Amino acid sequence: MTYITKPRLHHPSLTRNEAGYTRRDYEGKISTLCAGCGHDSISAAIIQACWELDIEPHRVAKLSGIGCSSKTPDYFLGASHGFNSVHGRMPSVLTGANLANRDLVYLGVSGDGDSASIGLGQFAHCVRRGVNMTYIVENNGVYGLTKGQFSATADKGSKSKRGVLNSDSAIDLVALALQLGATYVARSFSGDKDQLVPLIKGALAHEGAAFIDVISPCIAFNNHSGSTKSLDYVREHNEAVNRIDFFPSREAIVADYAPGSVTDVPQHDGTILRLRKLHADHDASNHLEAMAYLQKHQALGEIVTGLLYVDPNPEDLHAHLQTVSAPLNTLNAGALSPGKAALDKLNASLR
Amino acid sequence: MKPTDIGDPAYFHKVVDCQWACPAHTPVPEYIRMIAAGRYSDAYMVNWESNVFPGILGRTCDRPCEPACRRSRVEDGEQREPVAICRLKRVAADNKDDVNARMPRPPEKKNGKRIACVGAGPASLTVARDLLSIGYNVTIFEQDPFAAGMIRSQIPRFRLPESVIDEEVGYIANLGLDLRLGKRIESLAALLREEFDAVFIGSGAPRGRDLEIPGRQEAAANIHIGIDWLSSVSFGHIESVGKRVIILGGGNTAMDCCRTARRLGGEDVKVIVRSGFEEMKASPWEKEDAMHEGIPILNYLVPKAFVHEAGRLVGMTFEKVEAVRDERGRRKLVPTGEPDQLYPCDDVLVAVGQENAYPWIERDIGLEFGEWDMPKVDPVTFQSTLPQVFFGGDAAFGPKNIIWAVAHGHDAAVSIDKLLNGESLTERPSPLVNLVSQKMGIHEWSYDNDVSLAERFKVPHTDPSISLKNIRIEVELGFDRQTALKEAARCLNCDVQTVFAPRLCIECDACVDICPMDCITFTSNEDETLLRTHLRAPALNLTQDLYVADGLATGRVMVKDEDVCLHCGLCAERCPTGAWDMQKFLMQTTKAGPGCRPVAPARKAA
Repeated sequence: MTYITKPRLHHPSLTRNEAGYTRRDYEGKISTLCAGCGHDSISAAIIQACWELDIEPHRVAKLSGIGCSSKTPDYFLGASHGFNSVHGRMPSVLTGANLANRDLVYLGVSGDGDSASIGLGQFAHCVRRGVNMTYIVENNGVYGLTKGQFSATADKGSKSKRGVLNSDSAIDLVALALQLGATYVARSFSGDKDQLVPLIKGALAHEGAAFIDVISPCIAFNNHSGSTKSLDYVREHNEAVNRIDFFPSREAIVADYAPGSVTDVPQHDGTILRLRKLHADHDASNHLEAMAYLQKHQALGEIVTGLLYVDPNPEDLHAHLQTVSAPLNTLNAGALSPGKAALDKLNASLR
Repeated sequence: MKPTDIGDPAYFHKVVDCQWACPAHTPVPEYIRMIAAGRYSDAYMVNWESNVFPGILGRTCDRPCEPACRRSRVEDGEQREPVAICRLKRVAADNKDDVNARMPRPPEKKNGKRIACVGAGPASLTVARDLLSIGYNVTIFEQDPFAAGMIRSQIPRFRLPESVIDEEVGYIANLGLDLRLGKRIESLAALLREEFDAVFIGSGAPRGRDLEIPGRQEAAANIHIGIDWLSSVSFGHIESVGKRVIILGGGNTAMDCCRTARRLGGEDVKVIVRSGFEEMKASPWEKEDAMHEGIPILNYLVPKAFVHEAGRLVGMTFEKVEAVRDERGRRKLVPTGEPDQLYPCDDVLVAVGQENAYPWIERDIGLEFGEWDMPKVDPVTFQSTLPQVFFGGDAAFGPKNIIWAVAHGHDAAVSIDKLLNGESLTERPSPLVNLVSQKMGIHEWSYDNDVSLAERFKVPHTDPSISLKNIRIEVELGFDRQTALKEAARCLNCDVQTVFAPRLCIECDACVDICPMDCITFTSNEDETLLRTHLRAPALNLTQDLYVADGLATGRVMVKDEDVCLHCGLCAERCPTGAWDMQKFLMQTTKAGPGCRPVAPARKAA
């Protein structure tokens, strides 16, 4: 936590993106989280990703629930729309907002308490409906605001700061998201921005339900030996299956790799996700194998990170509902009420 | 790249750009904080300790600290200006209480050693101060009836009131100085025969360079050597000048000449220089002040002849030139071929440089002279080839400025003290440095870490309609206390260092994320050249060091580019383990006295 605001002064080499903004323009208020919190690193990664994607801040809606993680939208994208909802209810608020205005970029920020405990049902339904969003869970395995009790994502057998063993099974949100039909599923680590930033960029560009589980060590309550979500533990057990590079177009691809080691996944909007395989036996395009791979390596005690599954042709909620392409909030009375003749015609067709 | 040795006193010293640039290494941020706290007397004494003439320098210093100031590299937008360090120094001098009681008291019992200084300028006065306060007897011989040398004779009163000179020379005189005014040394050999243990020569560069072009002899009555003319004005021998005056030369003396001429009746005063306006030696602010007083500066004009009629100067002709670079990139002035230009005038002041002159030093006494007929002087010890004779100030290496003379004086005093204690002059202990954490609480630091975004404040001036009428009216009025406080807040406190302890670091990236200037990077180690381009923001200023620390769990290194660090302390505030700490670097330069003795082996604690 810091009392002074971050000075406006910046490095002389700071550049502007295509939208005309510097990276600093994507910052928010100064964080009031504990010093060293992984969540602040994730905020920095979101700032970097949005700047690199030339996103105009006012085209983003950031929504959150309750908890340490859900405080963070205040600390990035200060010029975006924000909604701090009720505990665990971010997914339904986000779904509603997305239905009303499909033109914004939706970023849901939640935590393991918010999404795996009180909001588990909301999380599940939001994902299975395929809402076009980036859903980030800042996962530290503890309830930080209430001083470090185990959360539902804490691994069985891991130890609390006071030495208590966790006897409950962990909810794996990545496995759940895969099972529920998310079309972009990734896991990353707050301490590895080289991996995290491109994953966020890919998720923001993905036109479907994108879910990223980011392990984010709680320095105050969950960074001791015996924890499976400490900086040291994650660094030791991190198994990145791939690295992704994100290109705005096919023409923009610069690097060359040996054939077979990369897979290019063209996205709906013309952007290219390039996967550089680190684990030869992992295939991010196969839903079934992605699930099996995850289970297998989890059993080996590995923390599997990277882009685990991506569907290059996702369908979102609006496609399922066959809504018009114009945002619903822009439709006027004339468009919403076609008149008696149209109603009579509809009624007649049902007789 | 090799990890940084932060135990080297020079490392953190270099980070304090102003202090590093100051020849006397005045701890600038330290006294600026004191000014902000209203501790003017304390700020004055910190200055007095380092640079001996805070009131004088606060008005006249060449301020090498200001171009070095980090503030001018971090500000936003068009205006990137350093902290007004020099003018803040004057605030301390103007607002202090009576500091007489805080001056050192020389020991009752003298050490019996006698030192002679030639010339009562800033270099000699510094030697005198440093040596008097540790028990030496010091005698200064001065040819003029006044002490302070060029400070009094050449700097015009509208820039520096005489009362300030009297006060600051007085502090030194009060230490028991034997000051022999009006006593000109005609022979060094004779002086050496007197019973002095060492002689310091601080006689300045007293001879103004002349300009031998046609008409010089014929029109001599109205052609004056700048520094001689200035001193005649200072001592009241000259009280007027013609209406049309040309000043030749582009240094600070030329600026003093033209502004003085404006006050003695010159109405059409102009400065004419050979080379370009940008290349002039005068400090930018002195040029500004002159132009502000309606004095045009004409450039690329090479003087050709003094034009005279009936034995009287009527004007000067100049050849128009332009700057051309030859194939080796050297700049040459080439005539443009345009007809020569005639500038009518009544008086000409020649301020084209100064020279040293030693007619009073015999060439057969063992004191060797080298190039340009200058004495051979060691640049570190200031010793000549006669072991007991030292040089300093302009007398040593030609014209510089007051603050360099002070720095020379300190070093020469150390040499004299070591010589007379039978020690090697070249073994000079490094300065004493101290690093102290400034942490007061979780978010509290003992310095104001909230960086001010204010632009540099301007010093108020007396209205020209008043100041141009009287040569004794000071032009600059100095900051008032409120403005001084705001200007002081612009200081980044670069002496409060970011000190990193790798063994405490858990590599959480909090410092990297919070740093407003993107100074910090955790990366794999490589060559400095590569490293500089692979940081979070490129480190392109090669004069600024990279702070590299190894010993991290992941095997990476922490690299901090010192260049544009705001010293805001956010890295330390966001650090969960205290691996970053803000520690104040305080350095005491090695002064004559016990500090310059060889360091005794440290006693082990019981």
